[in-house]
Amino acid sequence: MALIELQDITKLYEMGDQTVRALDGISIRIEKNDYVAFIGSSGSGKSTMLNILGCLDRPTSGRYHLNEQNVENLTPNELAGIRNHEIGFIFQSFNLLPRATALYNVMQPLIYRNVGWSRRKAMAMEALRRVNLAERVNHLPNQLSGGQRQRVAIARALVTNPSILLADEPTGNLDSRTTTEIMQLFDELHREGHTLILVTHEDEIARHCKRIVEMKDGRIHRDVPTEPADKQVSN
Amino acid sequence: MFFVIIESTRSALASIWAHGFRSFLTTLGIVIGVASVIAVISLTQGLRASVGEQFSALGSNSLTISAYTPLQDQIQGRRARLTPDDLEIIERRVDGVASITPLLYATRSSQIRYGSQTTFSQIMGTGYAYRDVGQFYVQTGRFLANSDNDTRRRVAVIGDAVRDNLNLPDNPINEYVELGGEWFRIVGLLEPKGDIMGFNQDDIVLVPFATMQSIQGNQAQTDIQIQLRVSDDADVESVVNRVESVLRNARGIEPGQRDDFQIQTPEQLMETVDNVIGMVTIVLGGIVSISLLVGGIGIMNIMLVSVTERTREIGICKAIGAKRHHILLQFLIEAVVLSMLGGLVGVAAGYGLGMLVAANIPGFPPATVPLWAVMLALGFSGFVGVLFGILPAGKAANLDPIDALRYE
Ligand SMILES: Nc1ncnc2c1ncn2[C@@H]1O[C@H](COP(=O)(O)OP(=O)(O)OP(=O)(O)O)[C@@H](O)[C@H]1O
Ligand SMILES: [Mg+2]
Repeated sequence: MALIELQDITKLYEMGDQTVRALDGISIRIEKNDYVAFIGSSGSGKSTMLNILGCLDRPTSGRYHLNEQNVENLTPNELAGIRNHEIGFIFQSFNLLPRATALYNVMQPLIYRNVGWSRRKAMAMEALRRVNLAERVNHLPNQLSGGQRQRVAIARALVTNPSILLADEPTGNLDSRTTTEIMQLFDELHREGHTLILVTHEDEIARHCKRIVEMKDGRIHRDVPTEPADKQVSN
Repeated sequence: MFFVIIESTRSALASIWAHGFRSFLTTLGIVIGVASVIAVISLTQGLRASVGEQFSALGSNSLTISAYTPLQDQIQGRRARLTPDDLEIIERRVDGVASITPLLYATRSSQIRYGSQTTFSQIMGTGYAYRDVGQFYVQTGRFLANSDNDTRRRVAVIGDAVRDNLNLPDNPINEYVELGGEWFRIVGLLEPKGDIMGFNQDDIVLVPFATMQSIQGNQAQTDIQIQLRVSDDADVESVVNRVESVLRNARGIEPGQRDDFQIQTPEQLMETVDNVIGMVTIVLGGIVSISLLVGGIGIMNIMLVSVTERTREIGICKAIGAKRHHILLQFLIEAVVLSMLGGLVGVAAGYGLGMLVAANIPGFPPATVPLWAVMLALGFSGFVGVLFGILPAGKAANLDPIDALRYE
């Protein structure tokens, strides 16, 4: 079975007497060590999709299997456990805890797993080294550049050794040089065997991935591999 | 769980520190509540200790007998009295009494005048034996004599506070003062005794018992107190029992009926003091719990603000795997730490206040804070933190992760 398997997922938002179909019957499979970019125009449902994949949000209907586990009927606490163990989130606006240093930010998810202080610190240091931030560990987020902040966020996502890394426009707030650095890091992580799913607006970034999924009005419009000679699947 | 608590405490302290002034204002209610409890407890405890000392110095062998009318009888207009006859009977029929004296308090007016100076004082009619019973010594002049009583002489022995209040000369002997419309010649000045329980024992005027009786008029109405000192070789309890049975007999009280008089020992007085202190503490406790309530509401308010301010942080924590109880604990611990810090500051401030008050009232004993009061204050403020922190913490814990992350 695939790492991720969605069957006919819908997400509806009731806005007064109008219903917004943010996701409208999505079925998709994502395998281990896949490297997927979700693209599409604004409002097409990419973020909604990613939030449901990350168990932050629940679909209105449909089936979702993650790591062979059916996650639709889990309690909020069980979902929190899944987020902690299986998923690493990377956000456009970094979403670091503002009063905690880089080190403490990266240690934070391990607290919810009851990892003791010294092991927690060692694991966080290891993750920060992985993103080349070993010498900035005691800086607060507002003492770091955007690229450095995003690397702290990536370290925080990596530290729990999750099954999937989810990134919603991870370079949206970064300049082109920093974007290249971050994308190189993602490429490396992919080569190391991580499963990465990202949402982006830029073709440049999408081209780093193995597979591009284009969304349109809450549906999958196109789902193609980036290898040039490969077959195209429409609708 | 253990690490969660440690981490929550650490981050609670960090966020309280980060909002230093706001945190201070928030805990002010708790600080004031706890400080006032500790101040009062420190003062009453100090007072109690010193009263105990003074009573034991006084000797536990002096007894005070006074009339006692049960409430029921008071309503029916009856009043029990002690008369000089009762004193005579005790004198005649009870062994082991070293000295005995009547005491008649001025009932109409305790005003006293010298020249153009007027003051109020404790005016008592008594006799020669009061010197022994009450352990009075004169520094100049003489004490009341038996002959003063026999001839109803208009003489007075005064404490030195009265001399000061009336601007009498340093040696007031043979000066005349006016009491209840009569002129009295001062014959003695007592040695100062200092304060007991905040009463100035030197603000006292003693006149002969019979003189007092005559200026009070209607002798049949006279209700006196009797004070006696038990001989050193006699047993206080057996003297008390003997006095009781002699008085019951003389006053025709049937077996099974209650005494219409009471015999007080210094130990009983100590108990009375304890009761009063207990009452004060309870009343004050009531007032203080209102202040703690207000303080608790302040904490709840600031915690609600803090939950709103940190909605996004809560969303982040939930996104990386925080469960409900992680968030709940973090905010609850913050509320408890906040309120216990307030309690701690309150204990220190209250103790300081108690010491300051004690130091500034002359003759007041130094303040002492017993450990139980500190523990109680801290425990109570912690409880307030839990009570008023649970609602904001619950609110934080129940936030939906997506909504919290989207919060601007
Ligand atoms: N909380 C919400 N309430 C109501 N409608 C919502 C909500 N969240 C998203 N939507 C709607 O769902 C649709 C999909 O939104 P989504 O955020 O997934 O788009 P997106 O593809 O991420 O767009 P962008 O590229 O601008 O980030 C939009 O039409 C949006 O208006
Ligand atoms: Mg989006």
